[in-house]
Amino acid sequence: MFTRILSTARLEFAIALRNRWVAIAIAMMALFSLVLSMAGSAPTGTLGADRLSVTVASLTSLSVYLVPLIALLISFDAVAGEVERGTLPLHLAYPISRGELLLGKLLAQLCVVALAVTLGFALAAGVAWMSGGAEVLTGLPALFRLIWTSVLLGAVFLSLGHAMSSLSRRPSGAAGLAIGLWLVAIVLYDLGLLAAVVADDGGAFTTRVFPWLLVANPADAFRIFNLAASDAVGAASGLAGAAHAIAAWKPLASLIAWPVAAALLARLAFGRVQP
Amino acid sequence: MTILSLSNLSKSYGRDCALDAVDLEVTAGERVALLGHNGAGKSTLMKLVLGLIDRTQGEISVAGHAPGSPVARALTAYLPENVAFHPALTGREQIRHFLRLRGANPREADALLEKVGLADAARRRIGTYSKGMRQRVGLAQALIGSPRLMVLDEPTSGLDPVSRREFYALLDELAATGTAILLSSHALSEVEARTDRIVILSKGRKVSEGTLGDLRAEAALPLTVSLRARKGFEAEVARAFPEAQGSGALLVLTCPQGAKLETMTRITDAAEAIEDFDVVPASLDDIYAHISRRAA
Repeated sequence: MFTRILSTARLEFAIALRNRWVAIAIAMMALFSLVLSMAGSAPTGTLGADRLSVTVASLTSLSVYLVPLIALLISFDAVAGEVERGTLPLHLAYPISRGELLLGKLLAQLCVVALAVTLGFALAAGVAWMSGGAEVLTGLPALFRLIWTSVLLGAVFLSLGHAMSSLSRRPSGAAGLAIGLWLVAIVLYDLGLLAAVVADDGGAFTTRVFPWLLVANPADAFRIFNLAASDAVGAASGLAGAAHAIAAWKPLASLIAWPVAAALLARLAFGRVQP
Repeated sequence: MTILSLSNLSKSYGRDCALDAVDLEVTAGERVALLGHNGAGKSTLMKLVLGLIDRTQGEISVAGHAPGSPVARALTAYLPENVAFHPALTGREQIRHFLRLRGANPREADALLEKVGLADAARRRIGTYSKGMRQRVGLAQALIGSPRLMVLDEPTSGLDPVSRREFYALLDELAATGTAILLSSHALSEVEARTDRIVILSKGRKVSEGTLGDLRAEAALPLTVSLRARKGFEAEVARAFPEAQGSGALLVLTCPQGAKLETMTRITDAAEAIEDFDVVPASLDDIYAHISRRAA
């Protein structure tokens, strides 16, 4: 079983490398990380946060948008592309289960995401270190946390991308679905919640339902967890109060449960594809 | 020993019946050709055998296992119609992957590619291959391990006549080691009498089954006799063969299977007036067209 998954992952990684997806993902993360760490070089002494924590706070806001986008871009073609090229019937005639095939693809694409966030964030940390000196070391745990949670967030949207890919069965349709999902889950969801909170004006919705809705969205869970888990990062973002209103285990549980749920969803959708 | 057995197999898409109550058995070492027009149900039958799609009715057994089950998949090799691979991969990488999926040694890739004549192109990306070369990669992956059952969907399309001969020679080798082979084609002339049995499908139904000789006898198509009269004897020949078509020196007539000797006697009787003659049996494509048209 592992041979089959690893062999699939190896092949998919080679494809991602040659399709320039690896280069594009790394370049995107590096570029945005660099711009953010440069732009956020204002004095930080009054906030009680070191340079790296400030950078991590900025990177958290960046990752919420960029990591799901990169993940969806890499994954939307996974099933629909095979259907269009006509490679799926042969793959499915081999002694590899649909679950193993999806896991192999997920593993390869997750490597691309992990590579991109690690290199991008390391670059930003390097810039912070050059301007902040040794005191940035206190921000390192926050940086590691940001990296592994970004990988989890990436896993969620990679699997959701596979699900979209299976549902539409055509690359163009899958791309449309993926962009729509990104818009709804990342942008419109928060706007909707904001509008609801404003309209509710501190009522039952704001105190009871809102925190759960926030945690239920993997991107929001990612943001809250990273801001709440480090005092310095929370302080730097100015959202410490908001973040601390929710116990840290809730967004963490959401971040761990979502990749599994999304992978199961993708497997279900892939099961309906008839080659 | 029966490797593949289908009984009363049907597949419908909504109201359309793609396959209608087909029975078929393929034993070890047997080469069976599945013939039919586009849409006759060949690919549907193959996808059912591979477990890629679900049957509406009937039974399928691959060496005693359910189609699409892990054991059945491990025993079966498949070459899809117009086989495709990711263009960014090299032939070698693709075959190595397929070897690993079957639990075989990936080092065998080079030997397999050499067997199908792709040794020189092994390190090139498949995107640069011609259709015939892609078909060879497809064939190479179907040769992995020693499959008990080979399912080949239009395997010789895109191959030139020489490659087609080589391909059938490979099949002969496999059949000799006990592999059951089910291949499809849309022309009887393509299978070149290199199969043990031929099954003709038309509109999802099995309309005929047997050896090439059986089908020839079943179609009972007349032979075509062409006569060339000696100079100055045109009228005489035309008188001796009043049923013949054509004018001048060249006359063409048909002769039922049972009347071959009689016709030969008539030609011998008119030997002085005839310069040359040819007797041509119905072509494979004529036989196939006749049987599938009769069924429709």
